[in-house]
Amino acid sequence: MNNRDILASIAAEQVKTGLPDVRPGDTVRVAVRVVEGNRERTQSFEGTIMRVRNGGLDRQITVRRISNGVGVERTFLMHSPRVEKIEIVRRGHARRAALYFLRERVGKAATLREKRKTT
Amino acid sequence: MTEEQAQSQTQQTASTDAPEIANPFLLGRKVGMLQHFRPDGTVVGATIISAEPNVVTFVRTRERDGYTAVQIGYGAIAERRMTRPALGHLKGLSPLRELREIRLDDVSGFERGQQIGVGRFAAGDKVHITGVSKGKGFQGPVHLHHFKTGPKTHGSDHYKRQGSVGAGTTPGRVLKGMRMARKMGVDRVTVKNLEILRSDADRGVLIVKGAIPGARNAIVLVRKA
Repeated sequence: MNNRDILASIAAEQVKTGLPDVRPGDTVRVAVRVVEGNRERTQSFEGTIMRVRNGGLDRQITVRRISNGVGVERTFLMHSPRVEKIEIVRRGHARRAALYFLRERVGKAATLREKRKTT
Repeated sequence: MTEEQAQSQTQQTASTDAPEIANPFLLGRKVGMLQHFRPDGTVVGATIISAEPNVVTFVRTRERDGYTAVQIGYGAIAERRMTRPALGHLKGLSPLRELREIRLDDVSGFERGQQIGVGRFAAGDKVHITGVSKGKGFQGPVHLHHFKTGPKTHGSDHYKRQGSVGAGTTPGRVLKGMRMARKMGVDRVTVKNLEILRSDADRGVLIVKGAIPGARNAIVLVRKA
């Protein structure tokens, strides 16, 4: 086996299947396992995907939301066992891959048009 | 495969296996790096090492050689790539790319032709990994010895240069060992106490936490700490 095959086969064992096809602009709800002291619970984080970094096993999404008037951005490794579920709430229309312009916007200006259904 | 399964595989011992010793050693090849998710969900950088079973090619004894050591070989190679003397040394064994001697105080039980596989290592073990670091070429004192740089601006011609290399009339020479520019890298480097994250005997693969010396495809020696 060459190097690429070995790495691919090891990565394949850690990769999750059935992850949704997420794109920048989509609104998602991410269920994350958090450890508090010795207890574990699931927390959900809902917001707009600002960026998707593709990299097979390292695939990650940056999700932005406004929480108590403060913008919060969290990055999730999609294949991490701590990320239990990723649910698409809404498909947003985005013309670029990284939506950093959302940082300068507040309120309604920070929302994206909903994607039109493709036939 | 889970980490427990990997551990159970270390129990299997074929008849041709070299004796179990406290600090097993193995030659392997650096394949590359990946992220590794631990059972608790934390992520660590991991290096993948591929190692088909190593073969004991020679045993050095005190009577014959004046010291005791085990010579092991790693890596399949086409017979036509070998020299005749090397083939003669490996007569009866398959051709091997790399041979390395490991000094051991006690070589009893070791015999030519025995095998050592990745099964000697289990998840959680600490290992030392020795390899040859990547070559960096001819490097100046700033990159090589972390000397301070000079001013970038105000007409300075001293940005990445070394300062004084010594006093004047006394001693009248540059002291030996003065740190200066030279070729950097391609050194034998050992990284100690790396944790084995997984040991996969089926594929002959070890996964260790962190980075190890050398480029991809470099030969590395893994020893249990």
